[in-house]
Amino acid sequence: MSDQALKVKVWRGGETGEFVEYSVPRNPNQTVLDVVTYIQRKLDPTLSYRFACRVGMCGSCAMTVNGKARWTCRTHVSHIVAGDSLEIAPLNNLPVIKDLATDMREFFTKWTDARGFFKGDKTRFDDFATVVPDSPERQLANAGIECIGCGVCYASCDVVALRPAYLGPAALNRAWTLVNDVRDTSQLDRLRAVAGDAGCHVCHTQGECSERCPKVLEPTAGIAGLKKLVGRAAMKGSQWGKL
Amino acid sequence: MVLGICVAIHLGIIFYAIRGGLTAGEILGRTQGNWLFAIFYEIFVLACFIHAPIGLANILQEHFPQSKLSIFCAWLLAGLILILGSAAVWGLVVGGPK
Amino acid sequence: MQSRPVVQYRSKTHLSYWAYLLHRLSGLALALFIPLHFFVLSQSLRGQAGLEQYLHLTEMPIFKIGEWILVMFLTLHLTGGIRLLMIEFGPWRGLRKGSIQLGIILAIAYGLIFLYLGSE
Repeated sequence: MSDQALKVKVWRGGETGEFVEYSVPRNPNQTVLDVVTYIQRKLDPTLSYRFACRVGMCGSCAMTVNGKARWTCRTHVSHIVAGDSLEIAPLNNLPVIKDLATDMREFFTKWTDARGFFKGDKTRFDDFATVVPDSPERQLANAGIECIGCGVCYASCDVVALRPAYLGPAALNRAWTLVNDVRDTSQLDRLRAVAGDAGCHVCHTQGECSERCPKVLEPTAGIAGLKKLVGRAAMKGSQWGKL
Repeated sequence: MVLGICVAIHLGIIFYAIRGGLTAGEILGRTQGNWLFAIFYEIFVLACFIHAPIGLANILQEHFPQSKLSIFCAWLLAGLILILGSAAVWGLVVGGPK
Repeated sequence: MQSRPVVQYRSKTHLSYWAYLLHRLSGLALALFIPLHFFVLSQSLRGQAGLEQYLHLTEMPIFKIGEWILVMFLTLHLTGGIRLLMIEFGPWRGLRKGSIQLGIILAIAYGLIFLYLGSE
């Protein structure tokens, strides 16, 4: 069983290219990252791909495996192999630099565009800010705070594919965690940032992001929360003022 | 949400209406002069007038991004719904030549 | 040389995606149907005879089947819409997959009752 070879189709090229098939020896406890690494080291050194920690902490190795976006270091071949073949492609919805490496810049730019960054008003001369751990806001923020920016949700979303300007689940999830951060002082700007044509309202609740997130986060929840908040703010104003 | 309630009520009315077949005489017999019917259905028409074009515009914008088709078709649908819908309500309640 | 695939259909197998797709298709069908529906009913402006003329056309089997499908689409779109309103305005309880299944069952049930009542 473990002597059978895997037939692995790997995307080679850029936006246009082709799937090239390689034959990789099959081992027990083999991950897809092991497979890609084997190809690059033993079969074709021109293959480009990204990885770093290889233990499921950094999110760098995310790729499309058999059509689904996954972390390749945490995907066991035995769990997802179709017969004896695998198909490995770069993450969707992002420009391809080469082979399996994508250009993540737009992903992170959108994070900034959604005001997915913290802005407070205290300095080190002030007293500590108080955040009550079991307050409803903190619970909501905690539910989404573990995002490491791997891009799997962004790659899995149809709306991102259909609307290039859409901020995307990760950026909106981060905006949501910050909306629930009581120390942040730029909430009105944040609501305006996520309310536009490219913002939360364009999410169609397909749930791909929540289904595929390797950290089992639910961007759909955060986006739903933003929709409610922005909707109320537009009609009645928010706790931080009128939109 | 208004549309949701209207639709739920309408689905019930459909059940009532289709029993034993559906002729013009039967429909008009129930709707002529019925102002409750008029108000309910005109609200229904207005809710559709708001909801449907927005939905259509979204679909067109996503699947045909380059063209101006989405705005045009959405407004066309909006116009058709408002005019034909209100005409339908008027005709059913007030009626035409006997 | 080929282009890389834009939408990966193999990952679109879970219930929430089907809910989105069915909601979109049923909405589109209803949006296209409504003007026709209103047009026929607006013939009542021509009196009973005018309305009867057009209603008579709808006796054709294709219309009967179409009505049946549309009525199920309407139920589906309604239940899908309520699910979305609950997701967006209600307390977060996940993607409410139970609602999707309930919605589909209600649509089928409505369709069956429609057939039964319409054939009396």
